[in-house]
Amino acid sequence: MTTDTADGVEAVGVAPAADPGFLQRHGTTIEYVLIPGAALVGALAVFGVFVALFGKNPLDLYFYMYQGAFGTWFSWQNTLARAAPLILTALCTALPAQLGMVIIGGEGALLIGALAATGAALALPSMPPLVVQLAMVCAGMIGGGSWIMLSGGLRQYRGVNETISSLLLVYIALAILNHLVEGVMRDPASLNKPSTREIGAANMIGSIPGTDVHWGLVFGLIAAVASYILIYHTVFGFAARVAGGNIRAAKIVGLGVGKLIMTICFLAGASAGLAGMVEVAAVQGRTNANLAAGYGFTGILVAFLARQNPLAIIPVAILLGGISASGGLLQRRLGLPDASVQVLQGIIFAFVLASDALYGRIGFLKGKS
Amino acid sequence: MADGTIGLWTVPLAVFGGAIRVSTPFLFVSLGECITERSGRINLGLEGTLVMGAMSAYGVSYLTGSPWLGVLAAGVTGSLLGALHAGICSLPRVNDIAVGIALMLFGTGLAFYLGKPLIEPTAPRLPAIDFGWWSDIAQLRAALRINVLFLIGVVLAPVLYWAFRTTRWGLLIRTAGESSDAARAMGYSVLAIRLKATMVGGFLAGIGGSFLSLFYPGSWNEGLSSGQGITAVALVIFARWDPMLCLWASLAFGGAAALGPALQSVGITSGYYLFNAAPYILTLAIMIITCSPKRTLTGAPAELSITR
Repeated sequence: MTTDTADGVEAVGVAPAADPGFLQRHGTTIEYVLIPGAALVGALAVFGVFVALFGKNPLDLYFYMYQGAFGTWFSWQNTLARAAPLILTALCTALPAQLGMVIIGGEGALLIGALAATGAALALPSMPPLVVQLAMVCAGMIGGGSWIMLSGGLRQYRGVNETISSLLLVYIALAILNHLVEGVMRDPASLNKPSTREIGAANMIGSIPGTDVHWGLVFGLIAAVASYILIYHTVFGFAARVAGGNIRAAKIVGLGVGKLIMTICFLAGASAGLAGMVEVAAVQGRTNANLAAGYGFTGILVAFLARQNPLAIIPVAILLGGISASGGLLQRRLGLPDASVQVLQGIIFAFVLASDALYGRIGFLKGKS
Repeated sequence: MADGTIGLWTVPLAVFGGAIRVSTPFLFVSLGECITERSGRINLGLEGTLVMGAMSAYGVSYLTGSPWLGVLAAGVTGSLLGALHAGICSLPRVNDIAVGIALMLFGTGLAFYLGKPLIEPTAPRLPAIDFGWWSDIAQLRAALRINVLFLIGVVLAPVLYWAFRTTRWGLLIRTAGESSDAARAMGYSVLAIRLKATMVGGFLAGIGGSFLSLFYPGSWNEGLSSGQGITAVALVIFARWDPMLCLWASLAFGGAAALGPALQSVGITSGYYLFNAAPYILTLAIMIITCSPKRTLTGAPAELSITR
């Protein structure tokens, strides 16, 4: 379904009289899979050379990465649990990208969402769990949504660059979190690691039956599919893509660009805020500085690797979740520092961006133009 | 405080001393970014460059015993990362902002990876010049212990200001930033100019990092930089790409960042974390005041993607 829509648009625009051969019809789709895939392989090769410089065997590296990410049912579950917040934070970058905006502040929205969700749970001490969980979802989404909407509003109404403002807001969000966790929201019992009080075991969202993977994964899948439908199958999404392609044309045909920016930024932030809620309600059980684990920043990478396509985000998030899940095994078996996952992510990111230069230039696919 | 005679004067004094100490990395990164942005490209990866610079300076200082070799190593590391940024950006259709984000991840990750064994050992630090020898007040003497790098940065700002206006190189960088077509018509390679400008920018940002690990706070750990690199990039925007304004803005930032610790030293601890966020809040506030949706910023290089 994805391929058909994406292709249909391309084929009409690029080659109206093209011979309907397989490569011609699916050239663009093949490119979208082949080029990022090649970039990934290239990055893994460079990372292999990098660890070889430190006297480790690259083949061991690849073996343990596979083992730690997808080798056993246990590692699959670990991978999927990490993919859940990544899907949600990646949407925080991918949705504004439809409007041509580069938002990199998903980490901030995640932290604010986590704070708001925890606050909601602590404010409703004697409610049934379902009510508390619903309140947490709403609070997390509104908290994170407003946070990114702030960046969008500053861009639209004050001309402040959204990339820089959203990144500055990450540091401000972290300061607010530390301030509240060390101050009014602090649990007096948490001595070494200041934290809020626990939301309570009954209010945790728990695991999908038969697995150890928490329900956050389902939240992520729903958000990604809903975003896909919104962007590619609604008038609103069409308007957003028009505005992203040519903002002057959008204004001339009378689209409310300001409204589009604010709505998309709210949805983007709400998605990252939901990731914060999931981390609280499924993993940590409370809010503390542990939440700033970098899911927001890895989400940026996921969005770019998925070429900002909400559906493609799902497999990419699982892949990147797998890489981060394998970090522990790499540390134990190969003695690699925990930062090696971050190095690999940086290399992948650089390769993926550099591979942008390849689109439309691969010999055997050139027939389509 | 041990010395009760100056009482609450401790706070402005600590802010003053902090402005000088804390501003140095801001100053170097913003001057470096200023050169890069004037050539028409933005390098958001300087956050990673700063951390890599801090790590390599500490490592080289520890291995060779010479902190100045460490500073040099930081500069060289920074210019290599700059070359990497410029190299990827010179491919067609590659977004320089996104490459910056990638290098931010890569630089910090690589620094943590390579710097793991450096957390324990102690490396020789950079010396400070004691400008407060005439005073008996301990806090004043502490505030006036000034590092040579700060003085170099203070001299560098007017030199760059002059160089942009009058030298051939300054003119070339500005031409590349204002109109790549014009530079190309004159027979110069825009990509080569931007490569050099990004490498020089990375060199300065790396030196800014060496100040972090070799003078203040003066050790290597993974929490060393908390967004100074990115704040300095934003700082260039409201300094209007003017090296002299970068100097004043860096000092203001240093002062803002020193406010939290200064208040804590006199016993005001509530809101410590909020005061720590002061530089980011200040950056955001000044960007909100100085930007406008109606016009592009005065002094903005026309080729810069961030001003749009």
